[in-house]
Amino acid sequence: MRLTCPHCGNRGIEEFAYGGDADRRRPDGEPFGQAWMDYVYLRRNPAGAHREWWYHASGCRAWLVVTRDTTTHVVASVQEVAR
Amino acid sequence: MTDRFSIFTLLGEALSGHRGWKPQWRDPAPKPHYDVVIVGGGGHGLATAYYLASQHGIGNIAVVEKGWIGSGNVGRNTTIVRSNYLLPGNIPFYEWSLKLWEGLEQDINYNAMVSQRGVLNLYHSDGQRDAYARRGNAMRLHGVDAELLDRDAVRAKLPFLDFDNARFPIMGGLLQPRGGTVRHDAVAWGYARAADRRGVDILQNCEVTGIRIEGGRATGVETSRGFIGAGKIGLACAGNSGRVAAMAGLRLPIESHVLTAFVSEGLKPLIDCVVTFGAGHFYISQSDKGGLVFGGSIDGYNSYAQRGNLPIIEDVCEEGMALMPALGRLRMLRHWGGVMDMSMDGSPIIDRTDIGGLYLNAGWCIGGFKATPASGWCFAHLIARDEPHRVAAAYRLDRFATGRLLDEAGAGADVALH
Repeated sequence: MRLTCPHCGNRGIEEFAYGGDADRRRPDGEPFGQAWMDYVYLRRNPAGAHREWWYHASGCRAWLVVTRDTTTHVVASVQEVAR
Repeated sequence: MTDRFSIFTLLGEALSGHRGWKPQWRDPAPKPHYDVVIVGGGGHGLATAYYLASQHGIGNIAVVEKGWIGSGNVGRNTTIVRSNYLLPGNIPFYEWSLKLWEGLEQDINYNAMVSQRGVLNLYHSDGQRDAYARRGNAMRLHGVDAELLDRDAVRAKLPFLDFDNARFPIMGGLLQPRGGTVRHDAVAWGYARAADRRGVDILQNCEVTGIRIEGGRATGVETSRGFIGAGKIGLACAGNSGRVAAMAGLRLPIESHVLTAFVSEGLKPLIDCVVTFGAGHFYISQSDKGGLVFGGSIDGYNSYAQRGNLPIIEDVCEEGMALMPALGRLRMLRHWGGVMDMSMDGSPIIDRTDIGGLYLNAGWCIGGFKATPASGWCFAHLIARDEPHRVAAAYRLDRFATGRLLDEAGAGADVALH
């Protein structure tokens, strides 16, 4: 598996660190309850397209959002996170 | 002629050209309704069906499996069994599993090649020795066998390890003599045969496509072979737990990840126990066929592909070389992937769900094989009696909300660290 980093080009997966599901939303200012429980522990865990964080740890150190098929590992898109 | 395996049936078949063996389980058509439907024909599902029939007297059971039995993780693991855990919620469960392994072959009349050759966890620092001593003490307090070996005792057992490795010198190990290996495919076949004999219908190539829920209660499963009604439904779907639970509208504290296992070319007897490398995550044993069977960590990203990537293969081989340099002279024969149901605290879930008649058995992470008998035993108990079994009482689905986590690694909700 390789990812095409917007800065560094096509690189091996070993240069990147995985950051998990990119569609989780951190609750804003709520006390601990169901919303936090969902955020911390529950996962959509889809078989198919998955938007996920990857960090180019051994490269430009950018955080990327990758859309990848979890059944085939085919990468559909790699985008840098907008600041 | 050969309904029951024994030395006499084996000799009889040997003398008559092995023409009398029959299929070991039926291939029945699905009935319209069962008292219990188990989704997932792996080790855990088949064991659950067997113990429902043998321990709880339930006769009308089906196991539905999307592929063929043994095609999932029960046929993809590194065959290790052990009960060397630390936490009070885990030790009694895994020890019960090891006790069931010890009696399994007589119980199901099937040679599962249970081999209690010992599991040795190596330590490489003073701090790790102390942590292993603590774990060994916890095990002994629960009546489990554990022995702390020093460097010389390990050297006497396994002289070919790299004791003087500059970064990871071997200082000793924690040995569980009753741990060992079990022939994994035979576990699936043995449970399938034993369950079939008690009337369980094993429905292969029967994929669940939906779970029917009426009035808050699960009433059956839609499958590729039509609707099958069920009094109760038990999910034992391992890496596919999230997909199947989603059919009932459930979201689980689970991510699916790929784990790769490896086997070398065959060689003469070399390693007579299971050895684990304490400075990383690597475990190795030798199969009865002669190949060295080994593995390491999950790849670390969500995957349903049953296929890993090269960096983890390199990583596992580096760990193997750090432990046992002679490995470098061997050729790797095969590697393959399985999909792990990685729970958020590294421990499993055997519990009811919010939906009536729907039960969940999932979250086995990378250690489900050793748990197969007790998982089946406790899941059958839960389904039959609607209350958790004593040794599996901590495996609740709501522990993530209540904070009663069972995190052996102390790693938090990051599955790559378990």
